[in-house]
Amino acid sequence: MRVLYPFLAVIAFILIALVGVRIPGGQSLIGIVLPYLAILAFTGGFVFKVLGWARSPVPFRIPTTCGQGVSLPWIKQNKLDCPSTFWGVAGRMLLEVLLFRSLFRNTKASIHKGPQLAYGSSKWLWLVGLTFHYSFLVIVIRHMRLFTNPMPAFLHALEFGDGILQVGAPQLYITDLLLVGALLFLFVRRLVMPQVRYISLANDYFPLFLILGIGITGILMRYFIRVDVVGIKQLAVGLVTFSPKIVGDIGSLFFIHLFLVCLLLIYFPFSKLMHLGGVFLSPTRNMANNSRMKRHINPWNDPNITPHSYAAYEDEFREFMVEAGIPVDKELAKPAESAAAGPAAEAAPAEG
Amino acid sequence: MTMAVPKADKLGVSVTREPSLMTGAVPSKSWMDTPVEFKPGNFCYPAKKSIVEYHKFPNPRDWEPVADDWKLPANWKDIILQGIKERLDKFRSFKIFMDCCVRCGACADKCHFFLGTGDPKNMPVMRAELLRSIYRNNFTTAGKILGKLAGGREMTFGVLKEWFMYFYQCTECRRCSVFCPYGIDTAEITMMGRELLHLVGVNINWILEPAANSNRTGNHMGLQPHTIKDNIGYLCDDIEEITGVKITPTFNRKGAEILFITPSADIFAEPGIYTAMGYLLLFEHLGLDYTWSTYASEGGNFGLFTNNEMMKKLNGKMYAEAKRLGVKWILGGECGHMWRVIHQYMDTMNGPADFLEQPTSPITGTRFENAASTKMVHISEFTADLIKHKKLKLDPSRNNHRIVTFHDSCNPARAMGLIEEPREVIKAAANNFFEMPANTIREQTFCCGSGTGLNTDEIMELRMRAGLPRANAVQYVHDKHKVNTLACVCAIDRATLTSLMNYWVPGVEVCGVSELVGNALVMDGEKERETGLRFEPLAGEGE
Repeated sequence: MRVLYPFLAVIAFILIALVGVRIPGGQSLIGIVLPYLAILAFTGGFVFKVLGWARSPVPFRIPTTCGQGVSLPWIKQNKLDCPSTFWGVAGRMLLEVLLFRSLFRNTKASIHKGPQLAYGSSKWLWLVGLTFHYSFLVIVIRHMRLFTNPMPAFLHALEFGDGILQVGAPQLYITDLLLVGALLFLFVRRLVMPQVRYISLANDYFPLFLILGIGITGILMRYFIRVDVVGIKQLAVGLVTFSPKIVGDIGSLFFIHLFLVCLLLIYFPFSKLMHLGGVFLSPTRNMANNSRMKRHINPWNDPNITPHSYAAYEDEFREFMVEAGIPVDKELAKPAESAAAGPAAEAAPAEG
Repeated sequence: MTMAVPKADKLGVSVTREPSLMTGAVPSKSWMDTPVEFKPGNFCYPAKKSIVEYHKFPNPRDWEPVADDWKLPANWKDIILQGIKERLDKFRSFKIFMDCCVRCGACADKCHFFLGTGDPKNMPVMRAELLRSIYRNNFTTAGKILGKLAGGREMTFGVLKEWFMYFYQCTECRRCSVFCPYGIDTAEITMMGRELLHLVGVNINWILEPAANSNRTGNHMGLQPHTIKDNIGYLCDDIEEITGVKITPTFNRKGAEILFITPSADIFAEPGIYTAMGYLLLFEHLGLDYTWSTYASEGGNFGLFTNNEMMKKLNGKMYAEAKRLGVKWILGGECGHMWRVIHQYMDTMNGPADFLEQPTSPITGTRFENAASTKMVHISEFTADLIKHKKLKLDPSRNNHRIVTFHDSCNPARAMGLIEEPREVIKAAANNFFEMPANTIREQTFCCGSGTGLNTDEIMELRMRAGLPRANAVQYVHDKHKVNTLACVCAIDRATLTSLMNYWVPGVEVCGVSELVGNALVMDGEKERETGLRFEPLAGEGE
């Protein structure tokens, strides 16, 4: 169910798009109305979510320290894994966001006769994760060709680099292969690895299928089933200049592709895909480990919470303290007085 | 009452052979359809009614985890949901950690509880999902619409039972957080989970009773002022017998330069007392102007394992006492979670400590810049500085009978970054030092398996399972380098690792770093030492 339903959902979305383009007004709906709605939902949802996180304070300074902290001058601090300054944190965050630093540490534990535990290096998730994200990024940037006229130079360079293998015509983009390959790996990994399979939810499979659907329709359009690129570009430029129009017969495949992209944008802010925003705000990563150097303020710190006072403590134990020769703030009361005063301390727990 | 714990060889076979997610067997049922079952040995005893009343916590009563009726308040679900909402509004960490997880599984096999039990719900991601599923169902759009399909589920009694089981099978060690690509910290999740459970009166005695003791008597053990003085007096007697040096420490002395605070376990039970003897010898060696306090006589803080209000309340004594006594700064002993509180919470909760001065070592003149605001220094920092400036007369050969490895305690390693200081001290105080494998030390260190108030005997098998990864790494250096001493800077470790070593790696003793220092210190006017601080024979003596 957790695998099948999301798969069927993506198939259903494809069918909806397929039918949609054939009904009157359907193409405008998918090609013009939906993209605007999707962009609105994405930016609105993204901003709403991030503001929602930001609204909650960070009461305590809780970085996870992953190396030697700042200490005595001759002890070498690990400035990236245990930063104590803004620039150190910036470095840590860059490593985290751009290179998936934490995932790079990944190990795989196994248990053997003895019992003996072993921890092997396990960098596949890191490598494939990185591949997926960067391929996706390059592909998104490549799509800028549809919105720009003339194309900026860096796009030409990017396309040239991506097609450097010079295979086939039109030239094969490496990132197309990598994206689909990485998605299949992530999908198979979820199915095959017992631990990951057990924790996976429908909302883990759905984005995989959705992005796979986007990737496959895109690849089909580029390499196998021709669509009207001129028409697409006209629509794309029209969309960004707020004068969209659909000219001629672009081809159903394009509308399916666009429909799935719009769904991804709409789905994004409501899903785990928001890790894109969350990683920047994660308090265990984006805070300096300087809490003994610089006081961190908790906006809801309650000044009314105070310790059991020394005075009450001494009241309860004064006799013992005096007898043991421990200094006291108030001398022992005269016997008669003390009996009248009674037990001044709070009720004691049943057992000391 | 102690549960029957299987022998180590039997448990050793069981963890490798019994079908579990660790040994490759996949459970046939989804985790949402797998209810928890409480049986003697897999849960900690609930807090006594009188203790819950003492803390003025909700719903004090006698109850049994194995029973079908936990005597919860009628509106307990609303209380929990309201509690979640409040915490989402108060803690950004909680909110983000509820939203961001992609279930990549990188954390799954990083948890010592998972490695030792193979129980799927001990994978950090799963532990968080126990709470996250309720969050999704009640606080997210997708969850409200799609329910179970979006990974949401209703808050039920079964869920509450799961929380009680698994938020008390997490020691908030933060190892998973090191590996998580978004830094999701299960310690935060577990803390929230435990806070929520307190709202409906579900809690354990092993945490709340020491917390009550600490509030009233100043320390977890419930030691009253005269007993503290007596206990330290006995330690001084032993020191005199071993070294010929007579030490007379002071208590609650106003005008001392430094207030020294350490976990009360250090003056109460083996092997912590040997660490305390190390402190006493060190301070005597230096002629340090310091005082103990009977009021702030606890370094540890079981409030950290309860809720943030309790943590603040118990921690407040440190600054209150420093202010009352008029000391210049505070020196803290060896303890893991104590230092998480001091390093990451104290100044925020109970500062500013503007009545104290920036800590400066009266012996070396070193200003502890890293403690400029909190004004509290770790004993390993203090000692490492003394060693660097050659202010200690040390004879490391006195520790030649010890082949030492060092266990990084979770909190100093992952919530403080105190990694090299204790190593510098050990290397100066002992000649034989070997590291455990790289994946098991420093920021990747494994918990003793009994932290966060889980060092109670009724869950001994669980503790031995959870401690297996740590024990296994010790076994490795025990076999390879004949390591016989496991040094650490944590009072809970000193107690729990001793049980763990006796169980898995007999022949390895546990000690505090300061015990090694005390053993090696050449004191003025001392007699020739025939034994170490445990009255154990030294190398070449009596062997």
